[in-house]
Amino acid sequence: MQAVKYARASSVDEAVTLLRDGGDTARVLAGGTDVIVQARERRRHIELFVDIKHIPELTSLTHEGDGGLTVGAATPLYRIYGDTEVVRRFPALAESTHVIGGKAVQGRASLGGNLANASPAADSIPAMIVLAGVARVAGPGGAREVPVAEFCSGPGRNVLQPGEFITSIHFPPPAAGSGQAWERFIPRNEMDIAVVNAATYLAFDGDVVTEARFALGAVAATPLSVPAAAAAVIGRRLTDETIAAAAEAARQTATPISDMRGTVRQRKHLVGVLTEHVIRRAVERARA
Amino acid sequence: MTTTDDAILIRTTINGDPVTFLSSQRDSLLEALRERLNMTGAKEGCNNGNCGACSVMLDGRLVNSCLVLAAEVEGAHVDTIEGMADGETLHPLQQAFLEEAALQCGICTPGFLMSSRALLAENPTPTEEEVRFWLAGNLCRCTGYDKIVRAVLKAAGEMNEAR
Repeated sequence: MQAVKYARASSVDEAVTLLRDGGDTARVLAGGTDVIVQARERRRHIELFVDIKHIPELTSLTHEGDGGLTVGAATPLYRIYGDTEVVRRFPALAESTHVIGGKAVQGRASLGGNLANASPAADSIPAMIVLAGVARVAGPGGAREVPVAEFCSGPGRNVLQPGEFITSIHFPPPAAGSGQAWERFIPRNEMDIAVVNAATYLAFDGDVVTEARFALGAVAATPLSVPAAAAAVIGRRLTDETIAAAAEAARQTATPISDMRGTVRQRKHLVGVLTEHVIRRAVERARA
Repeated sequence: MTTTDDAILIRTTINGDPVTFLSSQRDSLLEALRERLNMTGAKEGCNNGNCGACSVMLDGRLVNSCLVLAAEVEGAHVDTIEGMADGETLHPLQQAFLEEAALQCGICTPGFLMSSRALLAENPTPTEEEVRFWLAGNLCRCTGYDKIVRAVLKAAGEMNEAR
């Protein structure tokens, strides 16, 4: 490991000060499952870790009176998918966090970390996008909000300014009678990085789709919101034809590369398959 | 808590005993356990969170000790494989691993035992599928996993009978 120093912040303000004083080579430390490896392998130059896990609001999980959900940026994944209300009301979030890494990683890894790390294949980000998640950010210039859909700017890059860090992710209440689902394809059964992942959120008036969001992972430089797929179903009933149209719109939006995990052709195919899957599963949930 | 020097004094609890030790701020918990405290049960396999050979419990949660900084365990409770047996009496999981020959070279075994114990604490009657899913973060290149899964299911049965 490169020579890092460790500081423990007990409040957001203290973390802001520590990060400002630490300059470019200071980083927040939540679960450390990405950033400790990056420091060890010298993929990121880090001289100071500011541990944010002892700031109570950073490890909270709060169901709000209006049905919204706020998850502290450093709240470990096991507490998210282990929360019965999250499983019932935000199943796409539960599904995506349940399969990130193994159990030992899930004891530490966080939504804030998965988002800040900005991997194109990050499993939780498409789920957060379709749930209209908003990242609450603190920094030397004060607090601000960034929609998850606009947070990642490239592989491993995000829109955070120097000294800024995520404090929580907020999700508005899902509409009554809405449905949502998240799914990924990997060649193993578990413990793998997505070849493709996909998520959807669908709200209805009777059988007619009134609101739709789609997102994809591992098929572009960042996790991708897919408004063209939403446009294919909004105002329509979900039939085999409209579902196929959404899947085709998702295929058109995806710009994958070929790498060790899959080819362009395979990924394009999977985008269609997974988009259909998540629509059908979201519909089942909406009707349940 | 900030220090300007690289050395850091850490006060923690390991396997129920208060422990104070001097570490480097760059040390992982795994390095501190093995090199500062001579507790070599947790093993270094991949050093990046894939293999689970370094699994320990941190405040009651299973973690990869290679992905924890030693400085993070200030004031925390750490449980390691060294605290698993009760004196000369093996934990039922350890006994079942021996009886089912659930190890060959043994490097992964402390991690599998810690992970399996965490599983049975949360789910005392796991199915075979649940055991396999839970243990997916622990890699074994010798056994092919079947013997390990059998041992965990056997230990679960014995522990439930003893309850």
